[in-house]
Amino acid sequence: MTSKRSHRIAREELRRIIEFCRVVENRGLNPFTVNVNDLIAVIRSYFPSLKDPEDLSLDAEALNRIASIIKMQSEWVKRRATSLYRDPFLIEEKLRRLSMQDLAKVFLKTWHPIVELEQVTIGSLRMAMDYWESLAPLSERWSEEELLKVMTERTTREDLVRQGILRDEAFLSEIEKMWKELKEAVRSEGRMDYWDFIGAESYEETIRRAYLTSFLVTYGYASLEIQPLEEKIFIKPNEKPIPKTSSQPVSFPIPVDYERWRKWRERRGE
Amino acid sequence: MARATRRIGRKRRYATMLKKAAQLIFYRRHMEPGVKGWELRRRLGSDYPKVVALLDEYLKSIGLTVKTVFEGESPPENPAIDQLDKARFYITLREELSLEDMKFIGWRIDDLAGLAVSLAYIISKGGKAPKKDVESLLKTKLPEWRVEMNLSRYLRMGYLMEDENEQLYLGWRARAEVDQKKLIDLLLEYEI
Repeated sequence: MTSKRSHRIAREELRRIIEFCRVVENRGLNPFTVNVNDLIAVIRSYFPSLKDPEDLSLDAEALNRIASIIKMQSEWVKRRATSLYRDPFLIEEKLRRLSMQDLAKVFLKTWHPIVELEQVTIGSLRMAMDYWESLAPLSERWSEEELLKVMTERTTREDLVRQGILRDEAFLSEIEKMWKELKEAVRSEGRMDYWDFIGAESYEETIRRAYLTSFLVTYGYASLEIQPLEEKIFIKPNEKPIPKTSSQPVSFPIPVDYERWRKWRERRGE
Repeated sequence: MARATRRIGRKRRYATMLKKAAQLIFYRRHMEPGVKGWELRRRLGSDYPKVVALLDEYLKSIGLTVKTVFEGESPPENPAIDQLDKARFYITLREELSLEDMKFIGWRIDDLAGLAVSLAYIISKGGKAPKKDVESLLKTKLPEWRVEMNLSRYLRMGYLMEDENEQLYLGWRARAEVDQKKLIDLLLEYEI
C-alpha cells in the first residue's frame, strides 16, 4: 500500500517538474528561476524506487526538460553578454507608449527592403517555348496512362522465376530447406513470429520468403497460429508434413507490404 | 602591349561576371530571393567575393547594396570563404526610407508599426517569443482582426517564423532587411 502511494507521489512529482520546465521554456521566462540542483535532487531521490517503464520514461523526460533549461540558462548568459542585449521590459514599455506613426518612423530608419525581379526573360521564354513544343497533346498523354492499366491476376511460379524473385532450382528442395531453417529457428519454443521468419535484409528477399512460406503452410510443413486481437501471427513447424485432405482448405491472406517491412526492420533496429 | 591586352581581357571578364552576379542575385529562382555563396562560386568562380564587392560598388550609385546574411546569429568580422559560401546574398535598398516612400511600396502605417512591434519584441526576448504575447501586445493598438491578418502576412512574407509550440522567431526576411541593433537602440533613444 505504502509502495503504491510512494509510486504515485513520485509520478506526480516528475510530472510537476516536466510541466514547470515546459512552462518556463515555452513562455521564455528567466531560466534562472528554476533551481536545477533542487530538481535533480528530487529526481535522484525517486529514481531507485522507479521500476515500471512508464515511470522510467517520465524520469527520462524530466531529465531531458532540465537539460533544456540548462541550455536556456547558457543562452541567457550569452545573450546578456552581447551588444544587442537591452532590458526587455524597457523595450516593451517603449513599444506600448510609442504611437503608430513614431513606431513606423523608427522602423523605416532600420529597414532596407530586398529588391528582386520576377519578370520573364527572353531566355526563360525560349526555354518555355521549347518545353511547349516538345510537350505531347493531352489526349496522347492520357491514352498512354490508360495503356498502363493492368488487371490483377494470380502470379505463377514461372512468373516469379522469370522476374528473378525465385531461383530456378527444384522448388520442393527449396521448401524443405526453409522447413529445416524454421525448425532450427524455433528450437524449444515451438513457434516464432511470422514476420521474424520471413523478414530479410531486403524487401525483395522478404517477398521471396513469404511466397515460399505460403507453400510451407499449404503443403503441411508448417501451420499458422493467428491471434486476431493481438494482431500477431506465429508460424509453427510440423514434425512431418501433414497432408490436408480431411478438412476444407482455408485461405488466409497476409499482406507483405513495403511499409510493414520497413517497420519490422526499424523494430529490429537494423 | 601584352600587359595592356591582359588588363583589357581581365576587365572584360569581370564586366561579364558582374552582369552574371547581378542576374543571379536579382532574379528569384527559389522560394527565397537572393542566392547562396556556393551558387555564386559555381557560376562565377572562386573570386566571387571580389565580384560581389564590385557589384556593391556599382549599385551604390542607384541607392542599392548587396546584403550578406551569414548563418548563425552574429555576423563574423572577417568572414572565411566557407562562411561566405554558406551565407545568402540579397540586394536591398541602401538608404533609409521616409514615410512618403512607404506608400509607394504598398505598406500601411499600421502594418509597418505592427511589424516593428513584433520584431522588436522578439529581439528583446532573445529571438523567440510566444505568439500569444506578441498578439496581446499588438492588440493594445490594433483591432483583433487586423492583428491576426498582419501576423499571418508577416509569417507568409518571411519576416517571422512559427514553430509547433506557437513560438515566434525572426524569419529570413527580417534578418536580411532589418538592422536589429539599430532598431532596439533607436527605440530606446526615442523621446516621447
